[in-house]
Amino acid sequence: MKPEALLHPTPAGLFCPIGRFHVDPVRPVGRALITHGHSDHARAGHEKVLATRQTLDIMRLRYGEDFCGSEQAAAFGEEFDLDGVRVSFHPAGHVLGSAQIAIEKDGLRIVVSGDYKRGTDPTCAPFVPVACDVFITEATFGLPVFHHPDPKAEIGKLFTSLEQFPERSHLVGAYALGKAQRVIRLIRDCGYSDPIYIHGALAKLCDYYVGQGIDLGDIRPATIEKSDPEAFKGAVIVGPPSAFQERWARRFNEPLVAFASGWMMVRQRAKQGGVELPLVISDHCDWPELLATIEEIGPSEVWVTHGREEALVRWCELKAIPARPLHLVGYEDEGD
Amino acid sequence: MKPFATLLDRLVLTPSRNGKLKLLADYFRDTPDPDRGYGLAALAGALDLKSIKPAMLRELVLERMDPILFQYSYDYVGDLAETISLVWDGGRKDMIDDDHQPRLGEVVTKMNSLGRLEVRSAVRDLLDRLDTSSRFAFLKLVTGALRIGVSARLAKQALSDMSGPGENRKDVTEIETLWHGLTPPYEPLFAWLEGRAEKPVLATPAIFHSVMLANPVEEGDLEKLDPADYAAEWKWDGIRVQMSSYGGTKKLYSRSGDDITGAFPDIVEAINFEGVIDGELLVGGTARSNNPTRTFSDLQQRLNRKTVTGRMLDDYPAFVRAYDLLFERARDIRAETFFERRKRLGDVIEHAPHDRFDLSQLVPFATWDELDRLRVAPPDPVIEGVMIKRKDSPYQAGRLKGPWFKWKRDPYNIDAVMLYAQRGHGKRSSYYSDFTFGVWAETPDGEELVPVGKAYFGFTDAELEVLDKFVRDNTTDRFGPVRAVRAEPDFGFVLEVAFEGINRSTRHKSGVAMRFPRIARLRQDKLPRDADRLSTLTAMVEAREA
Repeated sequence: MKPEALLHPTPAGLFCPIGRFHVDPVRPVGRALITHGHSDHARAGHEKVLATRQTLDIMRLRYGEDFCGSEQAAAFGEEFDLDGVRVSFHPAGHVLGSAQIAIEKDGLRIVVSGDYKRGTDPTCAPFVPVACDVFITEATFGLPVFHHPDPKAEIGKLFTSLEQFPERSHLVGAYALGKAQRVIRLIRDCGYSDPIYIHGALAKLCDYYVGQGIDLGDIRPATIEKSDPEAFKGAVIVGPPSAFQERWARRFNEPLVAFASGWMMVRQRAKQGGVELPLVISDHCDWPELLATIEEIGPSEVWVTHGREEALVRWCELKAIPARPLHLVGYEDEGD
Repeated sequence: MKPFATLLDRLVLTPSRNGKLKLLADYFRDTPDPDRGYGLAALAGALDLKSIKPAMLRELVLERMDPILFQYSYDYVGDLAETISLVWDGGRKDMIDDDHQPRLGEVVTKMNSLGRLEVRSAVRDLLDRLDTSSRFAFLKLVTGALRIGVSARLAKQALSDMSGPGENRKDVTEIETLWHGLTPPYEPLFAWLEGRAEKPVLATPAIFHSVMLANPVEEGDLEKLDPADYAAEWKWDGIRVQMSSYGGTKKLYSRSGDDITGAFPDIVEAINFEGVIDGELLVGGTARSNNPTRTFSDLQQRLNRKTVTGRMLDDYPAFVRAYDLLFERARDIRAETFFERRKRLGDVIEHAPHDRFDLSQLVPFATWDELDRLRVAPPDPVIEGVMIKRKDSPYQAGRLKGPWFKWKRDPYNIDAVMLYAQRGHGKRSSYYSDFTFGVWAETPDGEELVPVGKAYFGFTDAELEVLDKFVRDNTTDRFGPVRAVRAEPDFGFVLEVAFEGINRSTRHKSGVAMRFPRIARLRQDKLPRDADRLSTLTAMVEAREA
């Protein structure tokens, strides 16, 4: 069987005609397999959803009780038979609950990695390489310029700034699902035990992470009765980056804007965003990790999805690995 | 190299002056000699380093990388030095240990000792031994493209900050006074700043000395002062300069200490005295030559050039109108009174070439009212006001309140309409605080508001709240960070804009360019239909040119 007969791109997303299911569909479908809870991958309105327990919980938190018709939870490694196609979920190391999905029929196995990373992250299960014929990789940071440094060294920059500017409120931009909790956990692991204040948009997800056994220490809402900039002097506040340009940010004392993202590797990106303190912390693979993963898994073919597809395809060409871009649309990279 | 690279990374993204000062002072305090001295030199534009052509850097990176992958990367990043710093490790993880990277001093010494044939391999080796951020700093240094929004003056202010607080604190003007006599890596300077050594001694007075500045006259300032204690001079619309001449070295400096000798051979060659003179650089004829002084836009033809053509020298002859004498030959007379210095200045100028130097004339007056009348109707269009100087004032670098005042002709004023707004930086990043404003003009589509300028200061914090709220409530369109706001004849926001001057401009669509526009008042009492017309502005330009 040709791999395209088992799985191919459609306007709604990757589709398996034999098993009659989509993976991370961008519009409502009958049966959806979801890799992780970021809103560009996990959307509301599908008839049936198969995902990890944590991904289902996160979808419920974000979209409400009736986010789908019916749900089924997949444990890592558990096998399902969907109209003769075998599927199983494996850790992707991206955010809590994130999974790669292996799809197998007649000895042909395709792995949809979803978003993934290889660096250590105590807030989710680490990536497990799964042998396969076709490996579908993301390419969010698929350019040789992206080298994510040690995240602890990046948190060190935040601490240095807190020492240098002890009167300024340090606003750390981090997306609500995954990045925010990972950054808080990293700050704790680097020995910071003062309260960390969070924007309201993070509250539900932080509570969920804590409920799943991920200790975030003393986290408090960044709300105050009356405007008093003194209240947050020298404090660390974590919130979605979009909030920093809103009136919300005015409650803080001389705010210093930091942003935890893989995009911060490029200076102009930081500058355009008005970021004073870029923290290069990513939940995606950097270039060396993408290459190392492909070499480690050794698939006979690589399909490249969202991100900078052309560079990764070019690298595969140079390595004589058959590769092609999938040109899927609708993945906005919420998570970094 | 690492501390310097970290400093650069932070400076580029730190908009506030105080934030920059803090970062700089910490760097100077925490970094050992000679590295900090070379860092200082790099920031102040005084670092002499072997330069590398971008073409060589491109060749070096292509030795180790596929050209197509490099092109993808360069297209994405957009800056050659940054691209190379990021892709240099290719598919490898950056494993450089902070403590084992070459230091800045080591890099500078190494680069400057290289023979022509050694450069390529030395640069390759350094790029291998530096981490990503240090590579970027290194590449910016060797390509001479360090643009980080730090002036030499700011770096010196940070040196002053690092020396204090307390008794040991050295004033920035003292540092400025020494500056041009010192060379990288400035070890004696740092030793003095840290109180470990005496103040370095200058070998010659022919260096730049920080200039004395005046404060603008504000409401109520003059009432308290006795006119008899003060002298007045015309304030000419040129650029403030300092001429230094000693032992055959002749220099011309801008007021910030930039050496502009090369662009003004006509003046420098005419210097026949020794000492240091403070004056105004102008174009046209001196008072003694009976030719008129020409406008600032004529002077601009001669500014910001490294060299000058014979044609320019003929068409735009420069001269200096002398205000003050700081050194008489090698003797520092800055502690003498203004009148005493002026007397000696008069002697020097009397014997200097008449076509290149003249003495700024005193404006006699008995009362402040009389001076006000003179100020409003000066005898020459290139005069922009009067300077008021205490007769017994010593020459003190910096802007002290009291001894010197500037009393300008009232700035220009127009009523304009807010058209676009953009968010500010730092403290203002959640406010729309940069405003593009326009006036009415006849266009092919009828009467329309055309943009004429941009202003981002002049208002109070309370006024900013009002402006910001208007922008948020009346946005009609968004272009990235910019918002367009409602601006109709009967609905919109009228701003009273003050500015210092106005010129023709081919770069601006409206054909005019203002100098230092600022928002003087919010005119919520006016409707956009009451705002000024473009013809008012062009009339101002014509009046100025006449």
